[in-house]
Amino acid sequence: MTPEELEQIAEDERAERSRYTERIHVCVAAGCLSCQSQSVKDALDQEVTKRGTKDRCQVKGVGCMGLCSEGPLVSTSAGVLYKKVEAADSPAIVDSLAGEAVSRLVCATDVPFFQRQKKIVLENSGNIDPERIEDYIAADGYSALIKALTEMSQREVIDEVTKSGLRGRGGAGYPTGLKWSTVSKSVGTQKYVICNADEGDPGAFMDRSVLESDPHRVLEGMLIAGYAVGATEAYIYVRAEYPLAIKRLRNAIRQAERVGLLGASICGTRFSFRVDLRLGAGAFVCGEETALIASVEGKRGTPRPRPPYPAMEGLFGQPTLINNVETFANIAPIIRNGGAWYAQIGTEKSKGTKVFALAGRVENTGLVEVPMGISLREMVFEIGGGIPEGRQFKAVQTGGPSGGCLPSTCLDMPVDYESLAKAGSIMGSGGMIVMDESSCMVDVAKYFMDFCMTESCGKCIPCRVGTYQMHRILTAVSQMTATQQDLKMLADLCDLLKHTSLCGLGQSAPNPVVSTLKSFAEEYKAHIEEHKCPAGVCGRQEGESA
Amino acid sequence: MASYVAKPVPPNQDKRWKLVDATIRRQGQQSRGLIETLHTVQEVFGYLDGQALRYVAMSLRVPLSRAYGVATFYHFFTLKPAGEHTCVICMGTACYIKGAPQLLDAVQKDLGIHPGETTSDKKVSLLTARCLGSCGLAPAVVYDQEVAGKVSTAAVREHLRKWTHA
Repeated sequence: MTPEELEQIAEDERAERSRYTERIHVCVAAGCLSCQSQSVKDALDQEVTKRGTKDRCQVKGVGCMGLCSEGPLVSTSAGVLYKKVEAADSPAIVDSLAGEAVSRLVCATDVPFFQRQKKIVLENSGNIDPERIEDYIAADGYSALIKALTEMSQREVIDEVTKSGLRGRGGAGYPTGLKWSTVSKSVGTQKYVICNADEGDPGAFMDRSVLESDPHRVLEGMLIAGYAVGATEAYIYVRAEYPLAIKRLRNAIRQAERVGLLGASICGTRFSFRVDLRLGAGAFVCGEETALIASVEGKRGTPRPRPPYPAMEGLFGQPTLINNVETFANIAPIIRNGGAWYAQIGTEKSKGTKVFALAGRVENTGLVEVPMGISLREMVFEIGGGIPEGRQFKAVQTGGPSGGCLPSTCLDMPVDYESLAKAGSIMGSGGMIVMDESSCMVDVAKYFMDFCMTESCGKCIPCRVGTYQMHRILTAVSQMTATQQDLKMLADLCDLLKHTSLCGLGQSAPNPVVSTLKSFAEEYKAHIEEHKCPAGVCGRQEGESA
Repeated sequence: MASYVAKPVPPNQDKRWKLVDATIRRQGQQSRGLIETLHTVQEVFGYLDGQALRYVAMSLRVPLSRAYGVATFYHFFTLKPAGEHTCVICMGTACYIKGAPQLLDAVQKDLGIHPGETTSDKKVSLLTARCLGSCGLAPAVVYDQEVAGKVSTAAVREHLRKWTHA
């Protein structure tokens, strides 16, 4: 593959595309697929074939369009977005290409949900067919890789990433450029790149959407990283629970190998790169980098003390670069447009955009990409469209089991790494769950503690025993049998776990408890002193519900 | 120096062992391929039993204890055969907030089993998932690989009735 050949593929694809005067895009990412979007696409295909307009009207399966709660989504070249489409609607939609839009299915796109977004990571999703490399190449795909390989030195690539201010999107927010630079300076016979696609946080589906909607974007980011740090082998550690993402990744790897963008001497340079998939097997702790490495090596996913950091001694004892899916997906645009361009977006310390999975008790649930620094109020009430059924907002939970619950007093806080940490939560991978008055915060804390207790790998005692004890106390609180002394013990345990656990799972496990104890102390008090649950959730005996 | 070790013989004549062997070969018969191999075994046989674990451990030259340790560490692996149908209830945060516990209660009561168990007539297995990533459609349930969104207690009961009375 030479740059000229790549340009040729892009031109052919664009010429092919210009043959069609009409286009219908159907979302075939997991959310819409589970609302039968495949049958909608098939019906549209049949309708177009039946009318004999197949040579000028293209029906294409594309990635996620964001508003998952209204799926299946269909967009047309007439500029209209349709929601909740059924197979039977296909004649009307094909009719609408030349005439009036089908008003009963129209989904308004001039609302904040679409207008307030800024798409960098998701720029291709909803526009390209995730199963065709040509479509990605025609959308400027792999041009950043060519630019890096032919015009930039390894040092320049790292400098550009450093200049962009990009920070790890997996949750901790470690500066990406610094990580790359450390790995590139480490000495080893073989270096590795690992893409962490073990998206374990309950309530988060950003990485899954990126992998399903634009898998080549992630591969390109990994290739550039490999070139920059001097690695030649890479693994994508992806959850086995995401069969569609796995299928599309396998397909993407095969296509990239076929056109010579993966393998030996890429673009006629000395750079060669091989990517392989490793399937996770359902262990939350494997999101921690040393546990993830153990799992790739075929062992139980238990973390080990750091240092040495994976950047020095990682996979098979060699220097290893581990980044999250979204981090890799940001690389190509940074190389293409320059680090300075990326650094203009966002806040002083948190640059760029962040993809959030907005879910829970909000009107619009789905995937959104917003610039860093947007306020929580805008997220929940403008983009999210507020709380349904006229209920009251209570809290927003970010960062999954390692994050915290932010009360209404935090609504005007900007969403960036520092502000969230200061408020007792974390950015996390991007799950954002909105809760209203029908949720009991003690119950929520108990839910997350149950999760951490089950997922604790058992290697270090503070986490293994501490999460069990905390869960026991929270259960007592929710059953109205706890005392003030228990509450004090709970606070002590929070402190203990935070400071003595081996890895991030144990260290951050108390966060949901700490944040609810701080912001919703009156709810704990009501459970303990008045023996009642203000939200009416606790105390309900198992089995008697709804 | 690794001494010559005879290649272990599959436990029986089942053709599916060829697929397992292919994965073992692709991993270069190295211990690092343990998880990948167990994935293949579970994919073709549905679960991991004692003889499969023993065969994989011998083929990859790892102690049986390590193979067993890995198989029991990860939630995805199951050592018991599943029922004819499986019902997975998502317990992710979004689903939890939107009523997954009530769904689970109803199903447990109807089937008389807990998550991870199979009904005595081997018809239905009940499982819970940490998160399916279908949070936009909460609460979500997977009936035999098919994801259903915004599920109500009545809907899940109705679906299970079809299975149990089929």
